Amino acid sequence: MRGTLVSIALLLATCLVTLGVAGAGSGRGTLVFAGASDPTYLDPALVSDGESFRITEQIYEGLTQLVPGKASTKPELATRWNISRDGKTYTFFLRRNIKFHDGTRFNAAAVCANFNRWYNFSGPFQDASATYYYQAIFSGFKRNENSGLGTPLFSSCRARGQYTAIVRLRRKNGPFLPSLSLSAFAMQSPTAMRRYGANRGALRNGVFRPTGSYAFEHPTGTGPFKFVSWKVGEKVELVENKAYTGDNKPKLARIIVRPISTATGRLQALQSGEVNAYDLADPAHLGTISSNSSLKVVNRPSFNVGYVTINSAKAPMDKLNVRKAVAHGLDRSGVVRSFYSGRGVVAHEFMPPGLLGYEPNVVKYPFNPERSKTLLRAAGLSLPVEIDFWYPTGVSRPYMPNPKLNFEAFAASLERSGFKVNAHSAPWAPDYVGKVNEGSAGHLNLIGWSGDYGDPDNFVGTFFQDYSPQFGFRNGTINRLLDAGEQTINAKQRAVIYKRVNRELMKLVPGVPYVHTRPALGMQKRVQNYIASPTGSDRFFPVSLGGQ
Amino acid sequence: MLRFVVRRLLLLLPILFGLSILVFFWVRALPGSPAEGLLGERATPELIAAYRERYGLDEPIYKQYWSQLQTWAHADFGTSAASHRQVTDEIRYRFPATAELAIAALLFAVTLGIPLGFFAAKNYGGPLDHASLLISLIGISIPVFVLGIILKYIFSVRLGWLPGTGRIDVTLTVDHPTGFYVLDAIITRDWATLKDVLKHLILPAIALGSIPLAIIARITRAAVLDVQNEDYVRTARAKGLSTLIVDRRHVLRNAALPITTIIGLQVGLLLSGAVLTETIFSWPGIGRWLAEAIFNRDYSVLQGGILFVAFVFVFVNLLVDVVYALINPRIRVS
Repeated sequence: MRGTLVSIALLLATCLVTLGVAGAGSGRGTLVFAGASDPTYLDPALVSDGESFRITEQIYEGLTQLVPGKASTKPELATRWNISRDGKTYTFFLRRNIKFHDGTRFNAAAVCANFNRWYNFSGPFQDASATYYYQAIFSGFKRNENSGLGTPLFSSCRARGQYTAIVRLRRKNGPFLPSLSLSAFAMQSPTAMRRYGANRGALRNGVFRPTGSYAFEHPTGTGPFKFVSWKVGEKVELVENKAYTGDNKPKLARIIVRPISTATGRLQALQSGEVNAYDLADPAHLGTISSNSSLKVVNRPSFNVGYVTINSAKAPMDKLNVRKAVAHGLDRSGVVRSFYSGRGVVAHEFMPPGLLGYEPNVVKYPFNPERSKTLLRAAGLSLPVEIDFWYPTGVSRPYMPNPKLNFEAFAASLERSGFKVNAHSAPWAPDYVGKVNEGSAGHLNLIGWSGDYGDPDNFVGTFFQDYSPQFGFRNGTINRLLDAGEQTINAKQRAVIYKRVNRELMKLVPGVPYVHTRPALGMQKRVQNYIASPTGSDRFFPVSLGGQ
Repeated sequence: MLRFVVRRLLLLLPILFGLSILVFFWVRALPGSPAEGLLGERATPELIAAYRERYGLDEPIYKQYWSQLQTWAHADFGTSAASHRQVTDEIRYRFPATAELAIAALLFAVTLGIPLGFFAAKNYGGPLDHASLLISLIGISIPVFVLGIILKYIFSVRLGWLPGTGRIDVTLTVDHPTGFYVLDAIITRDWATLKDVLKHLILPAIALGSIPLAIIARITRAAVLDVQNEDYVRTARAKGLSTLIVDRRHVLRNAALPITTIIGLQVGLLLSGAVLTETIFSWPGIGRWLAEAIFNRDYSVLQGGILFVAFVFVFVNLLVDVVYALINPRIRVS
């Protein structure tokens, strides 16, 4: 019997040794990158999630691109452009001798084919889940099929010769040019889209799905990497585009992006060598990564804002003095110092520093419980003022790694400042987000925003250009300023407008921004020249792999 | 026997019908809708309203159920609101992963559990019996996610002996004709891939199989103890038959009945998906998929996935009953 057990143990040990040690899994020239989930699909016009964009950013290029590591834009497939005096006509001069991955030529006709494709989307393609970014920028389609869509921004596109595309808009629009750097507006091969049914789609049980094979098996752009395969739940594989003639020449032979849903799982895969790099690192893990001699942390520039919504539609938040009291009653420095592992800075307005229109001289509200109480009394209220304060559970966001900790600290500081806080919570998805957007998440709630593209309209325009039940806030001056900002083309003029917007907003305090954070990636030290984009849309072309 | 099998298969229909009603109403009783889950901060009231209209969530509940039944009648379980893939496609990708892990875990549990329980019974009261008890207690007491994390940390992160993520080295380019990676590697005679796939199976199989191992060991021990004290076993020994023959023909065969039952139950549970194991080891199976669908309010996935799991569970129990009848002639006759 004893002998039998010893035999079994030896057999098991032999099996382990025979199977060998786990290898790093990454050969020379192959980057294995861990994201949080599979992409949705690979037609960038039809997606809005970061994991899909992670892939499409490598396959496609747009007329403009983000400057690496920054939110500003520069030419890409368009080398330069002219804007007409009335701000409605854009003449794009295109890069020459560029081909799509299927060998067809990139030219003005291809540009117009892409713009016209988006403009002519119909049926299920007009569902918000299908074309979120198109609707956010261009508002409407050639024939709107539901009443929620606006007058389309796009009017027409004309090819003048091979390398000049003239795009006409119905009205001036400041965000139009910056938004062209979004992967959603990348140039795709008209031939491939036609051949593989890119314009076939259906709504099934309320969910949009492309029904052609283009978005799953034949994504075709001009980018430095070409699509090879996608095994759901396992990996997406890209290879270098050897025929690439653009400026962004790849240094990697192959990229594999694999989904690992938990931050701990991604960290462990990095530690064991199963991946070379990963995104969405938990701030609590950064010390572990930094202390490992073969790993490093790469910072993503700050491009988000965490804020406390104040619902002005709920008394007594309709009183300005009460909102100012809330601002003075939130210990923002304490929260940022305690819960962000050194990766946050206190926010004083609704957009991050460095973005066009950022105003350093807004009214600031340092933590001052006595000032808060004075303001409440001046508003004619007796203390303590009872308020409902909501926070989400079951979530970690880049601007809010641990919402409960933020809430507890804020609630304590508000209680010192003349308030009585009634705590409420709900799971992030779907309950909490829905309640916040409907304006039913109390007087105050914790939420935030990560920017999509480098334009102030993507921050303050999103929050305040139209009335939203979330804030319950109306101000004609701010609405007019935001309309003007959207319709102005000149960057200097837009900067002046948005600076004024930020000053006015922080006088009126429709909410209290409290943090901008720097998310981080973890990677092996051998991964070189990785430049993290503030929007999360990282390009892998400059990346190379050094020795082990 | 054939009539028995057909009767049990026909019983599946009312079971699945009843379950479909339960799942349909339960899922819609949950607050929220897929819109908030999917769009996050971008879920404006207009988008949420549009989603509810698209989903038919404004319709009376009985109309929604009737509409859903008609869809199911065409073997269409809908589209996942999260992945935008057909639910049937998702099940086709994920079930082989779950099944492969379940089989590996079960093999681990049965291969070690039955001998452990048997020798513990033969060594009743002795050191091996006590060791078996200790192993079983540890196996049943340590939560799967704790064991999984410990195994992964030691063998993958610290020692680097075994991979701790996924089913296969992603840098390998291989064909998967069936979706069962071990079988695919054998079919294609790709021995390097077979080795890699087996390496990926070891840690999650041990983590997932630890509780079944403990249970099987204890049940085997109890069953063997029970049987070896029966008169017919004492008679067989008295007739001069060797211990090996007595154990094989009389003890194990009769002890197999309760062991088979418990193994069958474990198979059903394992095939339902192991959320924690799949999450820790990033195993793309059904368990984690269903758990995420709850948070996303992904109605189609919840309905289709739960019905599929129920079908598997009931079908496996039918197979267990058939095996039971094959082992025990008295069951066949009755």
